[in-house]
Amino acid sequence: MPALCSNCSEKRAMLKRPKTGHSLCKLCFFFAFEEEIHQTIVAAKLFKPGETVGIAASGGKDSTVLAYIMKLLNERYNYGLKLMLISVDEGITGYRDDSLETVKRNQQQYELPLKIVSYEELYGWSMDAIVKQVGLKNNCTFCGVFRRQALDRGAIMLRVDKICTGHNADDVAETVLMNVLRGDIARLRRCTAISTASEGDGVVPRCKPLKYAYEKEIVLYAYFKKLDYFSTECIYSPNAYRGYARTFLKDLESIRPSSIIDIIHSGENLSVREGVKMPVQGTCSRCGYISSQALCKACVLLEGLNRGLPKLGIGKHHRLHEKILSQQPLTENEEKKLKSGDF
Amino acid sequence: MCQVGEEDRYRYQQDGPASASKKCVKCKDASAALVIRAGDAYCRSCFNESFVHKFRAMLGKTRVIFPGEKVLLAVSGGPASCSMLRQVQEGVSQNAHKKLRFLPGIVYIDEGGVVGLSKEMRQKTAFELQELFTTTGFPFYILPLEQVLELPTSVVMPVQQQSEPVTGAYKAAVDHFLLHGRKNDVSPEEQENILPCDVNESQTCALQQLIGSAKTLTAREDLLNTLRHHLLVHTARSKGYSKLMLGDSCTRLAVKLLISISLGRGAQLAQDVGFSDSRYGDVISVRPMRDYSAKEIAFYSHMFNVPYVSVPSLHTKTQDKASIQRLTESFVTKLQTDFPSTVSTIYRTGEKLQTAGRSSSAAADGSRCLLCLCSLDTVTDVASALQATLISEQLSHTKIQGPESELSTAEEYCSIKGEGTCRGTGGGVVCCSSAKEVDTPDLRELMCYSCQLTIKDMSSIHHLPHYILSEAQRRHSRSLMREEIREFLLDADEDD
Repeated sequence: MPALCSNCSEKRAMLKRPKTGHSLCKLCFFFAFEEEIHQTIVAAKLFKPGETVGIAASGGKDSTVLAYIMKLLNERYNYGLKLMLISVDEGITGYRDDSLETVKRNQQQYELPLKIVSYEELYGWSMDAIVKQVGLKNNCTFCGVFRRQALDRGAIMLRVDKICTGHNADDVAETVLMNVLRGDIARLRRCTAISTASEGDGVVPRCKPLKYAYEKEIVLYAYFKKLDYFSTECIYSPNAYRGYARTFLKDLESIRPSSIIDIIHSGENLSVREGVKMPVQGTCSRCGYISSQALCKACVLLEGLNRGLPKLGIGKHHRLHEKILSQQPLTENEEKKLKSGDF
Repeated sequence: MCQVGEEDRYRYQQDGPASASKKCVKCKDASAALVIRAGDAYCRSCFNESFVHKFRAMLGKTRVIFPGEKVLLAVSGGPASCSMLRQVQEGVSQNAHKKLRFLPGIVYIDEGGVVGLSKEMRQKTAFELQELFTTTGFPFYILPLEQVLELPTSVVMPVQQQSEPVTGAYKAAVDHFLLHGRKNDVSPEEQENILPCDVNESQTCALQQLIGSAKTLTAREDLLNTLRHHLLVHTARSKGYSKLMLGDSCTRLAVKLLISISLGRGAQLAQDVGFSDSRYGDVISVRPMRDYSAKEIAFYSHMFNVPYVSVPSLHTKTQDKASIQRLTESFVTKLQTDFPSTVSTIYRTGEKLQTAGRSSSAAADGSRCLLCLCSLDTVTDVASALQATLISEQLSHTKIQGPESELSTAEEYCSIKGEGTCRGTGGGVVCCSSAKEVDTPDLRELMCYSCQLTIKDMSSIHHLPHYILSEAQRRHSRSLMREEIREFLLDADEDD
């Protein structure tokens, strides 16, 4: 006897929800999945009517589902939002050029305006060129730091009020674990927030409407909706250390499926002891972007690339910031340490 | 990955591999006997010195244990708690340089019944420990976990939190101690040992049923932890000890921290892994071994012949993925071998956290978890993981009554009415599982997020010990009463 949907108890159940374990039919699953995201948006007051919202689109499953659902909910519930797609072209041949094709198709399918900003035009360095200089280790640091800023720059060019990203529950839980493993208390506190407050000029507030959506359900949704998305891992080896946290999370999920949400619950309820030193937010004295140091990470990394000292931004070299700002030459010993090679 | 490591690495490389002829980094005289961390080679005596110093420094720095206070050492038989016992033993001995001035006692809880050890095995372990404890001259209690079935409800009744220790309280206690001298009120007659051979078979059976009613090993381990802690606290309380010393090492605490996060205990994290834990009010748990890594302890117990016994636990000989606790332990251990700063980084993260102080008047029993006695973390914003889960549950079965909601009403809990009859059967253990009760509270409402998860994994809550169920009943009727007289209450938050 085929199992019936636990919601409508009429149609045959097509899937078992990873999040709750219920068996649902296709339509009930669609409804539940969309409704949950709507509830999240409403409960967390993510948007206001009339706002222009940029959807960070990579062409992957998360952002494709996000774009699809944002458009759908905007129409179903009259959010009154003006939606746009923003993509970042990191310049990775064989990976990003293909996924950008997906984004361009999505643009047609969903009839949303699209803006692509590239590392090449913003920084003068494509990821391909960066990897050529720094090697395969630590290149994710460059990519991650540059992307955050690139997205903001793209958003400002488009004059959007908010950016929403496709971070899902698994991503958030993984980040909680990562920050514990790295001892990064400031990020640990911030990472479970569903949206960032507007932090000043040059930074557009961000939010994660899919924060409580399981990665597996996003894939199920995209699969049954037959959404057009790009699913290839980045060719520049995935960040090794994050890989540990990821595997651990997947193992936890296999033991107790609610682990993902449980970890987010933990993260949301952490509170930091008084008197623990926190980085103070300031602005970069070179580009004006938010930074807790005299120079923002992107500027330090860029300086390192341009000087041929790629290790400048890897690890802590705050002492050198002064020197860079005043354009003093580095000592031979310092240069030697920062040269590419055995790292 | 860790940015701190960058510069250190250069140093390690210069050091080269530790050779046998290496000198101790501390005295620079004797040849090194062991390497704790890369670059830190110690000779035997310097290692001992630093080990002892760490213990005393921890107690000195925290100033939680007052002179003349009775302190109960929870010894599991493992290397960490046995090394802790050794530290206390040496610290209070007559020839100690600066004598520790508290009055120690020892408690060992025999969990053999849960793990399914034979009576002979349990007996053997108990005798070994008895011998070990006798040599210390401290009063000691060897108790089977089966005792937990007979605890009074006071264990899970929130005790009014002691107000924050006033500055100068420690000094006052020292002065008082110096003035009146040591009250030697600990006599060996106080000892109480229930050896495994005295344990009623039906009790072991009931305990096994209780643990067995948890369907997952994760829930089983969590339940066992809770019950063990209840028995420890009760023993301390009933024997007049105001502090409970636990032997958690730095490594253990790092694992515990990740377990807590994974089990949804973020709000309770600081209490779960902090130096002192005052959730039980009058009995405060302290963890003086928190600065030692498991490796240091292993070295110490090996080099200085600290006797210990190995007792199997619930997850002994299980696979990595048998439970969340087991998985986390192997995850941290493996990561530690690749990245030697893992444990200390996780541990230091824990130091920077505190218990979410949502309600300062958390002593009100309505806001404390029935099982772990931490403040409830289930009152959350509309946009939260908890709410999101509830919405998901709702949306996945709206039209028909889901089996779960039926369960929670059908699965009734032992009502207070059953008390009289229950006590009679099976040595007051088995709580009338056959009897049908009606007005029973929903246990989940009385629990924190994480303990709810554990209960959710249980096939039945009938097997929970009587003290838990009757406290649930008490709280439930209190809240019903409060509901009834609500309109006459001027301050809604006031309770008891």
